[in-house]
Amino acid sequence: MPGATFLDSTELVLNMGPQHPSTHGVLRVILKLDGEKVMGTDCVIGYLHRGVEKISENRTYAQFAPYVDRMDYVAAVSNGLGYCLAIEKLLNAEATPRAQAVRVILTELNRIASHLLWLGTHALDIGAITPLFYTMREREECLNIFEKYCGARLTTHAFRIGGLNWDIYEDFEKDCKRFCDYFLPKIDEYEELLTGNRIWVERLTGIGILNIDDCKSYGVTGPMLRAAGLAWDLRKAQPYSGYDRYDFEIPTRPNGDTYDRYIVRMQEMRQSVRIIRQAVEGIPEGPIMARIPKVIKPPVGEVYVSIEAPKGELGYFVVSDGSLNPYRVRIRPPSFINLQALDKMARGSLIADIVAIIGTIDIVLGEVDR
Amino acid sequence: MASAPWDNEMTQRLAAKFGPAISEFATYLGQNFMVAETASVPAIIEALKTEEGFDYLVDLTAVDYPNKPERFELVYILYSFRRNERVRVKTRVLEGQKPHSIAAIHKTANWLEREVFDMFGIEFAHHPDLRRILLPDEWQGHPLRKEYGITQMDDQWVKENLAIESGH
Repeated sequence: MPGATFLDSTELVLNMGPQHPSTHGVLRVILKLDGEKVMGTDCVIGYLHRGVEKISENRTYAQFAPYVDRMDYVAAVSNGLGYCLAIEKLLNAEATPRAQAVRVILTELNRIASHLLWLGTHALDIGAITPLFYTMREREECLNIFEKYCGARLTTHAFRIGGLNWDIYEDFEKDCKRFCDYFLPKIDEYEELLTGNRIWVERLTGIGILNIDDCKSYGVTGPMLRAAGLAWDLRKAQPYSGYDRYDFEIPTRPNGDTYDRYIVRMQEMRQSVRIIRQAVEGIPEGPIMARIPKVIKPPVGEVYVSIEAPKGELGYFVVSDGSLNPYRVRIRPPSFINLQALDKMARGSLIADIVAIIGTIDIVLGEVDR
Repeated sequence: MASAPWDNEMTQRLAAKFGPAISEFATYLGQNFMVAETASVPAIIEALKTEEGFDYLVDLTAVDYPNKPERFELVYILYSFRRNERVRVKTRVLEGQKPHSIAAIHKTANWLEREVFDMFGIEFAHHPDLRRILLPDEWQGHPLRKEYGITQMDDQWVKENLAIESGH
């Protein structure tokens, strides 16, 4: 820089990503730094944009269903559930009780798998390597159940508009119960490694604070909102797929910092186990598909349906013009909207904390970019 | 769309306050929405936020109807934590019309309006930072417009870079 002296105090612009291990995919963040202090951030996204919403307009309702799995690919089951519920709402239909119970079990297993991947990578970012191996080991068990159920592990396409693609396999209940018994003590194991660990606590406490008002203003939902102290979960607020039949709690924390978001997600895994245990006990007998037409042609209209995905509110706004293809499918991605709050959380923090703050949002770039 | 009228204390208050600016209150499959004039949308959203408790902008998007005189429909989805209710505010905008940004009311709208601009080419007046968000800056056109073909970009690239017609 011409005229700059050695002790010049101008701000430095630093590029982070898109190829950076702790951006969890292809996220580029432009940081404005004053020494070690972050003065501002700008996210550059879209590297994984595949035009999912455009594709929907060129596919039939059933053909589009597998595409949604590829948005948040670590929680594909939730994506599929939201889409199916939206189209069922347009058709004014409802899945059968058996399908609903299986949907709840698989979705909660997927929530655990998603949180486990988050925990492992987040801990790795902070410098704790061991938890990643532990969480991958347990996540494998979840994925094995998916594989046995539908043959796929990540992009499962487990559900079908009106119900399920396949009925459950013979030992499904046994496998789920065994997983719950096996997994619950493992959460204690992770907590033993991290919750009281001094480095972990010091790196996370008071970092990236978002209070309830910030969350509302930025539209931040999911564990981030609950860690700020608001007990709001769509599974309770506007129950779908029979969640009102199960007894579970919404974990909250008061401070809205990175540490609290960690605690909330750990508690959520325990609650998911609780839901799975209840749901597995009484999977109702009966058909897996509701009586819906073979050719899906919803009447002219539009609906917005949303679910509590592992990352927050995942919504589908679907417009039908009465033809075979959706006229418009708008996906409200929690990761995209939560990421917008990065600037708010990062301003004034240190450069080393950026990694913790990106990790705590729990973004999946496939969903941010769609 | 076989929607039914939506009438309660809140709609009456809004109707009294905004008069003809809100042309319709309706409900479809249990979901409430109102249709409003574009110029009044920021004031309506502000009133919904401060007076009625709709303090969370869930989503903001657009739908393209190229055959209608007012080409685009902007859809604002709002939620109230206090009431546990959702409402949609819809408005029609002409090609080239610049609706006022609501980023000053809901910070979420910043990126959401950028995405609508990116995908539909609707410019928002007084937006703090209106740039493309998902597509690169040099991208031509706005893909979610109906006339934008799904293979258009591919064909163009193949033609320009390989000097052949596209293979599909």
